[in-house]
Amino acid sequence: MIEIEVFGKKDTRSGFGEGLLELGRTNPDVLALCADLTGSLKMDAFQKEFPERFFQVGIAEANMISIAAGMTIGGKIPFTGTFANFSTGRVYDQIRQSVAYSNKNVKIAASHAGLTLGEDGATHQILEDIGMMKMLPHMTVIVPADFNQTKQATIACTKHNGPVYLRFGRPSVPIFVREDANFVIGKADTIIEGTDVTIIACGHLVWKSIEAAKELEKQGISAEVINMHTIKPLDEEAVLKSIAKTKCVVTAEEHMYHGGLGDSIAQLLARTAPTPQEYVAVNDTFGESGTPDELMAKYHIDTPDVVAAALKVIKRK
Amino acid sequence: MENAELKRIASQVRRDIVRMVAAVSSGHPGGSLGCADFFTLMYFEVMKQDPKNFTMDGKNEDIFFLSNGHISPVWYSVLSRRGYFPVPELNTFRKLSSRLQGHPTPEKGLEGIRMASGSLGQGLSNAIGTAQVKKLNGDNCLVYTLHGDGELQEGQIWEAAMYAAAHKVDNLIATVDYNGRQIDGDCDDVISLGNLKEKWQAFGWVVLEMDGHNFDDMRKTLAEAKAKTGQGKPIVILMKTEMGQGVDYMMGTHKWHGSAPNAEQLEKALNQLEETIGDY
Ligand SMILES: Cc1ncc(C[n+]2csc(CCOP(=O)(O)OP(=O)(O)O)c2C)c(N)n1
Ligand SMILES: [Mg+2]
Repeated sequence: MIEIEVFGKKDTRSGFGEGLLELGRTNPDVLALCADLTGSLKMDAFQKEFPERFFQVGIAEANMISIAAGMTIGGKIPFTGTFANFSTGRVYDQIRQSVAYSNKNVKIAASHAGLTLGEDGATHQILEDIGMMKMLPHMTVIVPADFNQTKQATIACTKHNGPVYLRFGRPSVPIFVREDANFVIGKADTIIEGTDVTIIACGHLVWKSIEAAKELEKQGISAEVINMHTIKPLDEEAVLKSIAKTKCVVTAEEHMYHGGLGDSIAQLLARTAPTPQEYVAVNDTFGESGTPDELMAKYHIDTPDVVAAALKVIKRK
Repeated sequence: MENAELKRIASQVRRDIVRMVAAVSSGHPGGSLGCADFFTLMYFEVMKQDPKNFTMDGKNEDIFFLSNGHISPVWYSVLSRRGYFPVPELNTFRKLSSRLQGHPTPEKGLEGIRMASGSLGQGLSNAIGTAQVKKLNGDNCLVYTLHGDGELQEGQIWEAAMYAAAHKVDNLIATVDYNGRQIDGDCDDVISLGNLKEKWQAFGWVVLEMDGHNFDDMRKTLAEAKAKTGQGKPIVILMKTEMGQGVDYMMGTHKWHGSAPNAEQLEKALNQLEETIGDY
């Protein structure tokens, strides 16, 4: 029987807020910038304790990114904070030129990613950001799975010298990563070992995949679940090792088919070991207003969709 | 229209706003309440429009853009009360499969909406494009926009401001909801807007000012703005408003920018807002 210990439930953005606060206390080089969303990004604790290292830029995201790039010259590690849409699409060329191409040590903290931002609707629900960010040379792309992992990833990305895109969200999701886990950028976590199908997920779809694995177990199917918290650089070895065993794969993410985690896995497999793959992702449509649960169901990125994809891909072996 | 009648409509609009956001525990009551009087006057008196026959192109009609899309509740309420779409549809605000998305969009076919907004700072550019096409089409009607004051921190606003003056877009009347507040606090504490009047003047715009809660003053100022169109300069009105106007506990603070009242708070709000035309 699959048993995964759960340590409560929290939003991942609060994990970022705690990680940032801890960095404030342990690393004097860490700075934070925010574009009029201090509360939403949970940056208020850092702002309060380190006012001289916090920079309110107002509703001016392009300015924020380029200022952050400038702040790396002289040795600081700036974190920028706004919603995922305004962290990427809004400021793509600023990131491209002054962060990625200039290879600056800027950490782009992107909250409220994907559909589960909920009622604000499609203008705010970006589903293309992983693709945009992973296409940039020098960029590292991290999508942590829960509160603890977001906190760990926030801290870990300061140990890496270079641009990082850190994507997290608004809803409260179960915590299953241990508080003392060692987060390594680019090293996937195998959460459940299995033999019939590999499920590779990122963000809170990892939890949905765990639930799917439990459901599949009831049907006599052994699923391996991998938490691919780093989309780039991709842990190719972990993927290939698992696929060698299961011979088929489901990828699950709160993102478009195009450009997301599934795309990265498909490319790897096409180049090295062509393997049947099914995607759990949003299929070329904008989101809409609704509650996070309603939207996960309507756009087919929920537990039953992972189960269905697994059953389908096993038949394709 | 008589001021008394406008007041009756605005009171109903304010009821709609707080009921809509309370029903889904999300949305932006503060700026919506602050702009209720402006929207009422614009849609029931000032703008030339044809609510029963909405067309995307809006030829020979005045066209309105909401650049600060988060105050969609006030727009939806006024559009429905003016007859663009059935009033009971306000019930669907922010719910699954609704045409009344959290932020306005034409993607769902809602009458009255021509451009998506919600990501701030883009509406002035949209309006300029439409205004220039009105000229190309020989259409003498006007283009109106509304912006948040915090929204003016976006650089694109000033790119648009420079363009509109350079291209003499003089069939455009932009209004700024000058409430002095945004999400993180007072604009002055977030990123000071400095002297807004002088900034717009320096960009080559005609700048007018008005009280967003005084129908006579708004009527007079909008007439003056209209009279100043066609003279080679774009026009902006700095409209002083109070965020949360009409609900005492929502006024004097930025806290209700984007929070919905709970059941008890809703009741308190409704007790201060007379039901005039009838709740949906
Ligand atoms: C590009 C962009 N950045 C950030 C946001 C998030 N946001 C929504 S409303 C708002 C504050 C807007 O302030 P203001 O324009 O003064 O509107 P008011 O609060 O007065 O209604 C912010 C930062 C956004 N919608 N778009
Ligand atoms: Mg404001």
